[in-house]
Amino acid sequence: MPISRYREVGKICTHMTNILETVALTRDFGAFRAVDGVNLQVRQGSLHSLIGPNGAGKTTLFNCISAVLKPTAGRVRYDGRDITNMPLHRMTGLGIGRSFQITNIFNNISVIENVRLAAQARYPKQSYQFWRHADDLPEYEARAAQALAMVGLAGRERQIAALLPHGDKRKLELAILLAGDPKLLLLDEPTAGMATEQVPELMETIERIRADGNRTILLVEHNMHVVMRFSDRISVLHQGRILAEGKPDEIRSNDEVQRAYLGGGF
Amino acid sequence: MKLQNHRLTFGLIIALALFPFALSWLTGEPIDSGTPKFWQGMLAQVFILAVYAVSYDLLMGYTGILSFGHALFFGAGGYTAGILLKHAAWPLWAVVLAVIVVAVILGLFIGATSLRVQGVYLTMVTLAFAQMMFVLSEATDFREWTGAEDGLQGIPVPAWLSPTQQRLMFYFVSLAFCVFSYYLVRRVTQSPTGRVFIAIRENELRARAIGYNTFLYKLLAMVASGVLAALAGMMNALWNLNANPNMLATSTTINALLMTIIGGAGTLSGPMIGAAFIHLLGYGLNTAFGPRWPLLFGLAYVGIVLFLPYGFVGAWRSLIARMKAKRA
Repeated sequence: MPISRYREVGKICTHMTNILETVALTRDFGAFRAVDGVNLQVRQGSLHSLIGPNGAGKTTLFNCISAVLKPTAGRVRYDGRDITNMPLHRMTGLGIGRSFQITNIFNNISVIENVRLAAQARYPKQSYQFWRHADDLPEYEARAAQALAMVGLAGRERQIAALLPHGDKRKLELAILLAGDPKLLLLDEPTAGMATEQVPELMETIERIRADGNRTILLVEHNMHVVMRFSDRISVLHQGRILAEGKPDEIRSNDEVQRAYLGGGF
Repeated sequence: MKLQNHRLTFGLIIALALFPFALSWLTGEPIDSGTPKFWQGMLAQVFILAVYAVSYDLLMGYTGILSFGHALFFGAGGYTAGILLKHAAWPLWAVVLAVIVVAVILGLFIGATSLRVQGVYLTMVTLAFAQMMFVLSEATDFREWTGAEDGLQGIPVPAWLSPTQQRLMFYFVSLAFCVFSYYLVRRVTQSPTGRVFIAIRENELRARAIGYNTFLYKLLAMVASGVLAALAGMMNALWNLNANPNMLATSTTINALLMTIIGGAGTLSGPMIGAAFIHLLGYGLNTAFGPRWPLLFGLAYVGIVLFLPYGFVGAWRSLIARMKAKRA
């Protein structure tokens, strides 16, 4: 049997445990192909990192997976169903939570309300009750407080979100995601702009979130120490294609990756 | 804090209910003529404008939709009421229902088309709709129905509500309309739905990403604010005994915007105060300086925007917050 056939068998065997899968996913911006036929498999329960130089197409890939952008071609499968072109607002209902590279919160409202809104969003019908006081639904607030405690923002509930320090805003984003109780978290550079000494703490929080609900995490990250230390698997994206995929050690020792991206430093 | 606010609201409502009697007692004039009658009229107009301003606040201040077509609903309410009363002789309750139905249909149609785009594009699309209605209201083809550029004159208001013969009754009906509208919008803004409106204003992409179908919520906001504006337009037509193209003009939308910004967007009480401020200041400047008063008003407006960027209520709230911080 030729080696390529063994690979096929392997794919079929792991297929059942892939929570997320893209098939030949492609996205063009005019003549520029930002994402080029990407086949990505993310295993249930893993922390899977997506790395690559600037402009490799990581965020575009994220946007296509999470319905912020429509892919030009290809499919996205989640938990056994095709979710390509599904509207963005239905993603949380499916159990997919998405954070953004640039801090993306509700600025001029309180920290707790930011998270409470996400908890309320899990029950769309409740949100059309226009004749009830929002404070009469304390379960969402309780859930929000729980999520805030989990990311280490307990005690900051009543602050206005815009006034939080940057690191706390990133934590708030995580709490917003957590309140939606996702099975799969897509985190686009959660440590971006954070002080170096705060990064390990945040990563430990992310690890706790994953362990707590048997969640899967797909991560875009630039900090190589973080990636190498926390990832189960790594996919390297280069010019819109997947250049290599494997465990951190395999990626570190991959010559092609070294040439294209790591610059021999790892 | 909460109870105090309610106390203030109830106190104000009672004061406004007693106002005509107090004024009559103070001036020694009968309640249905002279100064008391005049000021009942002034305040009735303030109440109607306040509802119009609150309806705009729901859309712009809470949901963050900057529509330049709000006059369309105000005018549509006025014309619907006027045409049905004058040409079809419908009873008033049926007219109210018809105004609501018309506003819902218009809100759904305009919302479904304009809310697909955002920001300045939405502003332009809504402006275009309002301008179309404005042109339609001046069209000579429909003169026998709308009065074209002269407006629909001589709307037969039921005798019990006549703003000229039963001024006190009209005053109380306007006051009740205003209080009821305020209560309604306040309930909505504090509900789970209202919280989603605020989320959309703050960050629509995020609101969608956490699972809200923001288009539906924006549509809901547009229909609700449209119905309220149309009812205010109806009351305005009843007061004036006419409906005219000016109700549909861009200046009428700008007026809503001014009242909302001067009072404080997203505060409900702010736009109501803004409505009172604009109407009463306009009257005062007009009596003092004649028809050039808008010049002075423009200066006052620039000053308010420069020094009170969050309006009267916004400034008041930050003052309270600062005082509390000092005490603590």
